[in-house]
Amino acid sequence: MLVQQVSVFVENKKGRLAGVTDVLAKNNIDICAISIADTTNFGILRMIADKPELATEKLKEAGYTVSTTQVIAIEVADRPGGLNEILMILRDNDISIEYLYSFVRRPTENALILFRVEETERALEVLKQSGVKIVCQDEIYSLQ
Amino acid sequence: MYWNQSFECMNREELRELQSRRLVDTINQVYHNVPYYRNLMQQRGLVPEDIGGIEDLHLLPFTTKRDLRENYPYGLFAVPLSEIVRIHASSGTTGRPTVVGYTRQDIINWSELMARTLTSGGTTKESVIQVAYGYGLFTGGLGVHYGAERVGASVIPISGGNTKRQAMLMRDFGTTVLACTPSYALHLAETIDEMNIRRDELKLKYGIFGAEPWSEALRQELENKLNISAIDIYGLSEVIGPGVASECQCKAGLHIAEDFFIAEIIDPDTCEVLGEGEVGELVLTTINKEGLPVIRYRTRDITSLNYSLCDCGRTHVRMNKILGRTDDMLIIRGVNVFPSQIESILMEIGDTKPHYQLIVDRVNNLDCLEVWVEVSEELFSDEVRKLEDLNRKITREIQGTLGLSVKVRLVEPRTIERSEGKAKRVIDKRIL
Repeated sequence: MLVQQVSVFVENKKGRLAGVTDVLAKNNIDICAISIADTTNFGILRMIADKPELATEKLKEAGYTVSTTQVIAIEVADRPGGLNEILMILRDNDISIEYLYSFVRRPTENALILFRVEETERALEVLKQSGVKIVCQDEIYSLQ
Repeated sequence: MYWNQSFECMNREELRELQSRRLVDTINQVYHNVPYYRNLMQQRGLVPEDIGGIEDLHLLPFTTKRDLRENYPYGLFAVPLSEIVRIHASSGTTGRPTVVGYTRQDIINWSELMARTLTSGGTTKESVIQVAYGYGLFTGGLGVHYGAERVGASVIPISGGNTKRQAMLMRDFGTTVLACTPSYALHLAETIDEMNIRRDELKLKYGIFGAEPWSEALRQELENKLNISAIDIYGLSEVIGPGVASECQCKAGLHIAEDFFIAEIIDPDTCEVLGEGEVGELVLTTINKEGLPVIRYRTRDITSLNYSLCDCGRTHVRMNKILGRTDDMLIIRGVNVFPSQIESILMEIGDTKPHYQLIVDRVNNLDCLEVWVEVSEELFSDEVRKLEDLNRKITREIQGTLGLSVKVRLVEPRTIERSEGKAKRVIDKRIL
């Protein structure tokens, strides 16, 4: 039920991000979703790629520090209040979110939300019970 | 100007006899009271009677910082703790500090040595001396303090830091002598300018600067900026602290107090004793110390000795300015820093040793230390909070160990330059 996310440590310097995307491009890896958390000195690039294992391997070969994390992906209606409904569920169940990012899928006009919480299993359970649509890895790729 | 002319200008033959006599006493003292030295001597088949004078010094074993560390904290003390009235410590190479102890008589002698140093630097009982060396475990502050009180000067025990207040008090209290590290003196000089304090509002005449290496160019700059005469002083806590050696107003080498210490220069690789003028590692033997006598202590400082008579009239040998170190020790704001200390902290945080680099620079005349740590997979997290926690943790641990503020930067792997496969641990951008 979880989606594999590839995270890369990137220094906050000119051209560093392009270094990562260059490795991906050369290996014909497609980025489905991407987000960057930045601080003064460094950033963490998080992405969902179509070939997470290959992406990890090639980025490591190129000298980057890479880790993979399982994140939750859900689908919400792309309309006012869509995200709010989900966050209310998590809040009511006292589940705290570490980070979150999203992208909108053109054919369906639904938004895909990717997020990481402290208690992944419980969050999945709560969301499922509330009738939220959980998206798995293959579904994400097929939507491209 | 002398503090103790009969000793400072002692005829060299008499001085040699005094050194021999005191060396014999010291050897008896350590043989009977310090098991560590007794073992070392026995291993060499030596008994105290074998040391008849200074000519037998070469028979004795060396002492290193490592020996002090292995005997942490009090193992090398030659008297019971009840006789120790003061304990100082300097940072060690692996987290454990190097501990030194003083008896009441040691403190009296140390004050005497510092009185000589301060007098040769221009201090008299009329002086108002601002002691801006750090007070505490570091020997600088209290060492100068006791010497200055012995001279009878008016002492301002302000310690380091709070530079604007230093500048204000320097003007308001009419400071005539400033004692601090040379880099701090420069910082203070610029702060004085920034505060628009005019030179004619100050009564400053002399500078007593040490605890870190500095150049002739920096002396010129300090003397011009502050309108003072500045001398270089030398010491290390393992031997006694400041007061081991000091320049006179001739500023042509630092006189080593030979009635208290025997100086040798050795080849750091072969340990062979070198002659006058030859460059090598300075080795010091204390010959008038009770709490912690050290035999042939390897200072790791590189210099040479000059026995010619100085124009000031002092007969004590002069050492030239320190040319460097035989190990990788850095002196940052007067604090001894070994890259291995940082390495052991990093090893405790992760299981494997990350690549790291120390960047030392001088910003606004203050030394600053930046530690770059390559983020390995083990250290990496996809959460900003965890990486920031890691950054803070490394910062806190290093600051706690070194007692020095530090900026930690997490960098990408392979950011740190490798030369021949080996990472370069230190980049010192300071122009000393």
